[in-house]
Amino acid sequence: MKVGAGLAGLLVMAGLVALLQWAIGAGIVDEYTVPRPTEIAAALPRLVAEEQVVSRFLVTAGETFAAAGLSTLVGTALGAALYRWPLLRRSFEPGFAVLAAAPLILAYPLFLVLFGRSSATVVVIAFASALPPVVLQAVAGFAAVRPVLLAAGRSLGLGRAAEFRHVLLPAALPSVFTGLRLALMFGLINVVGVEFLINLGGLGALINELSERYDLPGTWAAIGLVVLVSACFFVVLDGGERWLRRRG
Amino acid sequence: MAAAAGLSVAHGRRPGPAGPVGTAGPRLLAAVVLLGGWQALASSGLLFRDVVPPLQALAAGLWAVARDGGFWADARVTGGELLGAVLVGGVAGGATGLLLGSSPLLSAAFERWITWFGPTPKIILFPVLILLCGVGPGSKVAMGAVSCFFPMVLSTAAAVRGVDPVLLRVARSFRARRHQTLMKVYLPATVAPLLNGVRLGFGLALIGVLLAETKLSNQGVGFAVMQAYARFDMPRMYGLLILVVGFAAAVNIVLGHGARRAAGATGQEH
Repeated sequence: MKVGAGLAGLLVMAGLVALLQWAIGAGIVDEYTVPRPTEIAAALPRLVAEEQVVSRFLVTAGETFAAAGLSTLVGTALGAALYRWPLLRRSFEPGFAVLAAAPLILAYPLFLVLFGRSSATVVVIAFASALPPVVLQAVAGFAAVRPVLLAAGRSLGLGRAAEFRHVLLPAALPSVFTGLRLALMFGLINVVGVEFLINLGGLGALINELSERYDLPGTWAAIGLVVLVSACFFVVLDGGERWLRRRG
Repeated sequence: MAAAAGLSVAHGRRPGPAGPVGTAGPRLLAAVVLLGGWQALASSGLLFRDVVPPLQALAAGLWAVARDGGFWADARVTGGELLGAVLVGGVAGGATGLLLGSSPLLSAAFERWITWFGPTPKIILFPVLILLCGVGPGSKVAMGAVSCFFPMVLSTAAAVRGVDPVLLRVARSFRARRHQTLMKVYLPATVAPLLNGVRLGFGLALIGVLLAETKLSNQGVGFAVMQAYARFDMPRMYGLLILVVGFAAAVNIVLGHGARRAAGATGQEH
């Protein structure tokens, strides 16, 4: 039933697109507001050829991976520190929980002042937004390590560093990977968002430029492209996490 | 944003070896350390003084913003847009989630589209929303509504699927009508996860509305932030950001508290 329903869903979506094409042709929907789906599809090759979509994608991907890698490293280290020192955890964990829910991206004008209109601003905002959830995930991961593993490590005479390396980190690895997944998600969302807002860099800036040129089919095609890239990105990450959890 | 990635900022998380989380003393200590660190950095001269102003300048900026009638006029505009966004996005998302959650067929057909589209950065839709809704408050409401819609759909659908089947069988055995089942079974049984959905949706709607205002607007708090940036009035910018983050955190805490109380009242755990 699931495959059939999925196919039915796809057909309904295709039907809605066809309905939109018809409604624009019939003048029911204003073609100066919503371009025909066929025009949007036709704009895609033009974007690839004339708007350096591939190099823009690489810029966005590079900024995303830089922010996510940095926040995973720093966040996991901070998570380990909070786990290791209970006072530190009681002091700062609630703050990280508040920051995880805080709209940090709104502070982008502040980051523009601090780092200028550059890739550094994009990466730092994405890093700052991704860090709190990664820290919370890492603390939860370390705290969930089974006490019997820690007791076994101690009975073998492991010191703090060896215990962390041989017991805590391997046992918390699925959580660390979940943290990396969160960091990549937050990274991509914030990188594309800030690129759009400050009109700098990769795919987000492309949408902004096309809309400022009033290139409607191009704008819609670029939005579709970003949605497609995001969706593929998240599907791959979800699949990777499920695979890792099955193996772990 | 946490909502976008499906992160639940855990409440009542298992304390683990580090002991119970959250007492007033350590929080106070953290606040003192952070504020002291900020003041030391501001006084050190390592960074441009206007970019990292001392605490007294921040407090003065915050006070000036709070006393400024212009800020409250902007706050009313943003508040109205936010309310509209949460109403439109929340009702549409709740209704869609109810449909998806109560029908396995609809869920199998359409929920993956919502899941795929949910985590994408919604601000990229703003140029289209300007065309569809104009440059005024309409496009900001639409931006917030789109942001609020997705977490509401997913949390409502999950909540409806989580309703105890025994309750539904009891409703059927009493020959309850559709709207009676909705009002007497689904709504009370899902109030806690629904409040959590509203909490997540509210946070994203706030971000959507304010980002839209920073991009294209002549009123609202987002516009005021951009004005402060353009004039390089850093104490005012910090004051505005502190108020926005404080407001978001306060609403988040109140809704989270309500959700936990509702979960406790209905015997649910989330």
